[in-house]
Amino acid sequence: MMRRGRGADGASRLTPSRMRARDTLRVAFSGLRTRPLRAVLSALGIAVGIAAMVAVVGISASSQEQVNQQLRELGTGLLTVSPGTSFRGGEAKLPENSVDMVARIDDVDAVSAVGVLGDANVYRNEAIDPGQTNALAVHAADTGLLDTVSGTVADGRWLDDALAEYPAVVLGSDAAELLGISHTDGSINVWLGDQWFTVVGILDPVPLAPELDMSAMVGWPVAAELLGFDGSPTTVYELSGENKVDDVRGLLPATVNPSNPEEVAVSRPSDALAAQAAVDETLTTLLLALGGVALLIGGIGVANTMVIAVLERRSEVGLRRALGATRPHIRRQFLGESVLLAGFGGIGGAALGGVVTAVFATSRDWQFALPLWVLAGAAGATVVVGALAGVYPAARAACMPPTAALAIA
Amino acid sequence: MTPVVRLRGVSRVYPGHPPVRALDGVSLDIEYAEMIGIVGPSGSGKSTMLNVLGTLDRADSGEVHIDGYDVAGLSDRQLSALRARRIGFVFQQFFLSPGVSALDNVADGLLYTGLSPRKRRTRAWQTLEQVGLADRTHHRPHELSGGQRQRVAVARALVGRPSLLLADEPTGALDSTSGAAVIKLLHELHATGTTIVVITHDHDVARELPRQVHILDGGISSDEKTEGPALRGGAR
Ligand SMILES: Nc1ncnc2c1ncn2[C@@H]1O[C@H](COP(=O)(O)OP(=O)(O)O)[C@@H](O)[C@H]1O
Ligand SMILES: [Mg+2]
Repeated sequence: MMRRGRGADGASRLTPSRMRARDTLRVAFSGLRTRPLRAVLSALGIAVGIAAMVAVVGISASSQEQVNQQLRELGTGLLTVSPGTSFRGGEAKLPENSVDMVARIDDVDAVSAVGVLGDANVYRNEAIDPGQTNALAVHAADTGLLDTVSGTVADGRWLDDALAEYPAVVLGSDAAELLGISHTDGSINVWLGDQWFTVVGILDPVPLAPELDMSAMVGWPVAAELLGFDGSPTTVYELSGENKVDDVRGLLPATVNPSNPEEVAVSRPSDALAAQAAVDETLTTLLLALGGVALLIGGIGVANTMVIAVLERRSEVGLRRALGATRPHIRRQFLGESVLLAGFGGIGGAALGGVVTAVFATSRDWQFALPLWVLAGAAGATVVVGALAGVYPAARAACMPPTAALAIA
Repeated sequence: MTPVVRLRGVSRVYPGHPPVRALDGVSLDIEYAEMIGIVGPSGSGKSTMLNVLGTLDRADSGEVHIDGYDVAGLSDRQLSALRARRIGFVFQQFFLSPGVSALDNVADGLLYTGLSPRKRRTRAWQTLEQVGLADRTHHRPHELSGGQRQRVAVARALVGRPSLLLADEPTGALDSTSGAAVIKLLHELHATGTTIVVITHDHDVARELPRQVHILDGGISSDEKTEGPALRGGAR
């Protein structure tokens, strides 16, 4: 007979049990399919955690991308010079000729200034209670200011040499809104420093000089003539090539105020913009941690589902052992099931997080940005969570004696 | 000639108070291509015997050789391999995967052999044909009668062409007509050379088998061969 003559050496000829990776995956998947509702519900826990984390990172990346794009458009070559506090106490002032002095520095492409008119306020009309200033400032502004700070006009026009002589005013975007003025047609006047000024223009928001958004800007000459302006600038805006910024920055204090350079404060508005985005990072980390907690809870849900599944399917385990499955085969099957379960949650969560990011970014007019590493991270996280959640149930299934597993039914 | 099953003084004691000697010094040889019934009342040790023959459980003492392998010398992994390639099981409760077609249920009998899915299905199809269910390949268990389900289970046990087919109360969950059909199928398979061990408490089923080993309280009380055509089949 064929099978005759196999002694103790027969063992060496026994071909081991083998299960193909694809089969492991298929069996794991069909295990989930038998209880679809339960699978969906426990995957949902993972999905919520992943969605939260993806959305948090996606939204912060989109906002970062927005800032980066803004900085690319606006450039980072702008510096602002303002009076610091003087050693003798009291408000330091910038010299009247600051703009001319700065213009003399090599590599300076443009320079202009504003001077705040501390005594002047702006109102929609003369009947408004003088106390209701809306915190709006009135500035004397150079005609070159708009170009220097990369500002744009939303409606009407910016000040030119002619308009600078007349009681004409250009409003920052917030100022216009607070005054209830949405357009300019040459007939709209505001009550400014006890006289009527005609609104000739409204600006778009100026990201590099946000203080101008809350300002009503009049020409330098008319400020001196009608509003008692002393001609001292309070902020000088200086624009240079981005690679020259550091050089220029070093020269500015002594140039503006040779006798007291330490009374001059120089700052770079683009840094402030970038810092604004960086401030969000703390919040992002916090939200990310919350998402992580959700993911952890989701993982516990998956582990719970798997423990129940193993208990319910003891006879299946017994049958598989009878069909020749080894303990590692059983372990892999349930581990695979757990990873798949978490993985489906992860895919759903990543999609949901992506949608949330897209909706949020669109609503804010941001560019949608979801770095690939976020999706890779989400995938990795779900695999790890699924594997951790499955370790114990899978080990339990693998350790079941086949006879006990079969005896249940 | 080495028998497919050789038990020598096999005991299996379940620990407890008091411990239960479910098998008590059993010695038994089963030849290749034999068909044999292991018969006894409930609690006599039949299932324990099946577990030991199927290498699902180890004897506490004595020698167990299955298909030439000394079971005591095999690791858990090797025992799994033995079951995957040399032993087929049929259970009273069928244990078919719900929601899975008859064909795939049968193909699962080869799942742990490493054969390609294609080959598994081809063989499953052939085996379903062999058990007379060629027209039911795509039916799922709930669309089949009890007798048909058990025939699917038999096909699953058979698909790997095992040296030893173990059936534990294969008619236990069936009405007498479908039970008879399943037993008839087992007889047909035996006629084509398959070694079959049927475990049953049903004397009507046992009477039809060419050899009957009666067990009582974990020991063999009688071992009889019935004269007839089936015996000649077993002696080939
Ligand atoms: N896992 C177990 N633990 C303890 N005792 C058991 C176990 N399985 C079976 N027994 C006992 O062993 C004896 C034989 O059981 P079994 O082999 O199932 O008999 P049968 O299948 O003939 O009904 C019975 O007395 C039973 O109670
Ligand atoms: Mg029994």
